[in-house]
Amino acid sequence: MRFRQAIWDEPLLFEKPSNEVEPPTTGLVPPKLARRDLDLPNLPEWEVVRHFTRLSQMTFGIDSGFYPLGSCTMKFNPKVNEELAALPGVRRAHPCQDESTVQGSLQILYELQQILAQIGGMDAVTLQPAAGAQGEFTGLLLAHAYHADRGEGARDEVLLPDTAHGTNFASAGMLGYKVLEVPSRDGQVDLAALRKAAGPRTLALMLTNPNTLGIFESRVQEIAEIVHEAGGLLYYDGANFNAILGRTNPGAMGFDILHLNLHKTFTTPHGGGGPGVGPVGVKKHLAPYLPVPIVAYDGVRYTLEYDRPKSIGKVRAWYGNFALLVRAYAYILGQGSDGLKWVTDRAVLNANYLKHRLNSHLEVPYPGVRKHEFVASGSTLKERGLRTVDLAKRLMDFGFHPPTVYFPHLIDEAIMPEPTETESKETLDAFADAVAAILKEDPEVVRTAPHNTAARRVDEVLAAREPILSWRMWQAKKGA
Amino acid sequence: MSWEEEEMLRALGLGSVDDLFADIPAGVRVDGLPLPKGLSEQEVVAKVTAIMRRNRVGDDLPTFLGGGLYDHFVPASVRAIASRSEFYTSYTPYQPELSQGILQALFEYQSMICELTGMDGANTSMYDGSTALGEAALMAARVTGKREIVVPRAIHWERRQVLDNYVRGPGLRVREVPYDRQTGKLDVAAMKATVGPDTAGVYVENPNFFGVFDDQVDEIRAAAKGLLIVGVNPMSLAVARAPGDYGADIVIGEGQPLGNAVNFGGPLLGVFACRDAHIRKMPGRVIGMTRDADGRRAFCMTMQSREQHIRREKAMSNICTNETLLAVASAAYIAVLGANGLRRVAETGIERARALAARIARIPGYEAPLFRADHFNEFVVRTARPYEAVHEALLAADVHGGLPLEARFPELGHAALFATTEAHRPADYDTLVAAMEAAR
Repeated sequence: MRFRQAIWDEPLLFEKPSNEVEPPTTGLVPPKLARRDLDLPNLPEWEVVRHFTRLSQMTFGIDSGFYPLGSCTMKFNPKVNEELAALPGVRRAHPCQDESTVQGSLQILYELQQILAQIGGMDAVTLQPAAGAQGEFTGLLLAHAYHADRGEGARDEVLLPDTAHGTNFASAGMLGYKVLEVPSRDGQVDLAALRKAAGPRTLALMLTNPNTLGIFESRVQEIAEIVHEAGGLLYYDGANFNAILGRTNPGAMGFDILHLNLHKTFTTPHGGGGPGVGPVGVKKHLAPYLPVPIVAYDGVRYTLEYDRPKSIGKVRAWYGNFALLVRAYAYILGQGSDGLKWVTDRAVLNANYLKHRLNSHLEVPYPGVRKHEFVASGSTLKERGLRTVDLAKRLMDFGFHPPTVYFPHLIDEAIMPEPTETESKETLDAFADAVAAILKEDPEVVRTAPHNTAARRVDEVLAAREPILSWRMWQAKKGA
Repeated sequence: MSWEEEEMLRALGLGSVDDLFADIPAGVRVDGLPLPKGLSEQEVVAKVTAIMRRNRVGDDLPTFLGGGLYDHFVPASVRAIASRSEFYTSYTPYQPELSQGILQALFEYQSMICELTGMDGANTSMYDGSTALGEAALMAARVTGKREIVVPRAIHWERRQVLDNYVRGPGLRVREVPYDRQTGKLDVAAMKATVGPDTAGVYVENPNFFGVFDDQVDEIRAAAKGLLIVGVNPMSLAVARAPGDYGADIVIGEGQPLGNAVNFGGPLLGVFACRDAHIRKMPGRVIGMTRDADGRRAFCMTMQSREQHIRREKAMSNICTNETLLAVASAAYIAVLGANGLRRVAETGIERARALAARIARIPGYEAPLFRADHFNEFVVRTARPYEAVHEALLAADVHGGLPLEARFPELGHAALFATTEAHRPADYDTLVAAMEAAR
């Protein structure tokens, strides 16, 4: 595959010749607060559109090509959902409108609460959290509220397997909890170590299943038993939920709380880094603590229920990322039970096929099948003076976004592809062929890659050492 | 099963896809999903469109709600730019070589936010204005090592509820400062009495929750202790002084008005910016300028050692996925409007709010604006009848009034917060005023 990304020497908007800034109208703002200078660009509309179009051409999305970013689930985002989210009823409804005037919004929220609860094997759902990490934050607040209500508010330890996502650690840290890391054994949670870690101070165990190695934690029932026996709760990190649709669900596995990343499994676009959506589902015993409001339905009218005395309150303003909830709702309607089961089946088949194709080129630790993703090691590259990062950068020259690299930490020189269900065998073969070709290339070509992208290898160390975060910081630095 | 699925299974030496799930123990398996079968695209469009028609918005129901979110007119170019699928279908730009375009757009967004706020560095977004406040409080505690946050009573109650949850980790205490009942501005003397040696930061809003421009900025700076955190509607900064000018250390706000829809409350855009001295304590994703191997200017995510995937439980925040696409849209909006256009939108809001308040004030039974002060694009109206009754009468006349305040600010009597923007048609004001007259 020949790939050449557009290379525009596109100046910053601030550097373009700007029209004159008119003086402000007087008498509108109190004199002590009136602004004089407004140093923003003033450009013709067509120049602005051309500027951002050029920038878009130097950006790689899932619509541009294969994007096997492990744990991020980069799959096709159906176009119809963009049209539905642009309906005036979605865009222009104000969250403080009288309930009688937003019955459409409330119906979608209500139905999605029910659908996600059923899919997750939970009893109740809040759609409020803005992303997976905020779902974790919410889930831990719920766990604490539950324990505190039972007189066990002193529980302050969160158990995390060494395969856990970094956000799990950060969410626990943000709430001031102590993290106990549980090692894995043969790619799964070490039960003996878990038994040792669990105890009267256990707030919860947070577990991703399948884990970030793509391995299903097949002793999940024993894990649940150990944690529950210690009085702790079981939290399901839904980043990998797309691997189990129609096969199992967190409720069946014994989890008490879960978050789902609708921007992963349910195709709401990732937007270059967000918005996301991180609904949280819980079993009955945690439902009273959910954030307010929950949407209720009496058979005639949908209402916002605020009178929930045990609620943890709010984790963000209003009801969640509604325009994305509409997209997820439409996606689920379109897929249905048959389509969603196929999503998982095909995603897992694609991952195992790609693993099979890469097996002869890269070391893949741990035998056996994987679910939707797998982790290989680029350690053999070192023999040729290369590292995983070099392979990743060189893959760009073949028109592929590199997989996640250097995660999870327990694998040396990790590289983690997640192909998703919306890729054909032809693409998977081309990717495997590219990896094989790169491993035979002149190491110098690989070490200096990428060659065909808008920028050559970017100096991230310099950026961090001398941060320039804005036009004004740059001007100050140049002046200094 | 398709031919390629059969080929892949054959290559794996498997007879059925079920073999790939053999490691799931029988005790936790489920048989399919409890959902109906999938609908065609045409059926999905029909169903969702029909549901959303049950919402009453725009011309069908002119609405005078604000309270942090404002329905502005968004030029088509802005939506066209944010709809470029290279932008909206990309992930967080972990690989800068392939992502220069969106990285530059985000650097431009940060630069614009810094110009508006007078800060040096901004991040690419927080979830919304309320979580930006929560994160600002945590940052103030990190910077100062102190444990008290002082906030005005006059803020949106949901913002306060979110703050209460964000400060639970380090156990910060939140103390409240009243507002002046005549002007709606911060009671600076009370603030001075509230701050102390344990104050990590003082949070004020400008314009504040009541839409009031608080011009006591020098007095506030002099009386505040710890970091000064200023919450803004960034649109107002086209005409109001940059908080950096009057001593702010952190500026936060709800960025939705800058080119994004109100979206029934989400997605929104948490604006977050701070002074150079504190950038390494800032939460969230940040884009920096650097060079590539050829020595050409390039951009990348930077200071990642503050973030969750490196720092884990010692990270500045757990945020990773944020509201990037809305930041791109805001950069496009500011660019399409330019300094002149942005200023015109802000000035129009002030002029229209003034004119509307004057018309309402002429109707017996209404006081508007309730506070004796200059306002941005919203103001409190006091009604002789309980506002709930006025609200119902307005709805019956096909117009939606302001945000009821009685439950949260009982000291104001029967009151509501009314907002307006250039998106209102002239006829909308006539409808509102006529309905209010009939409802008095």
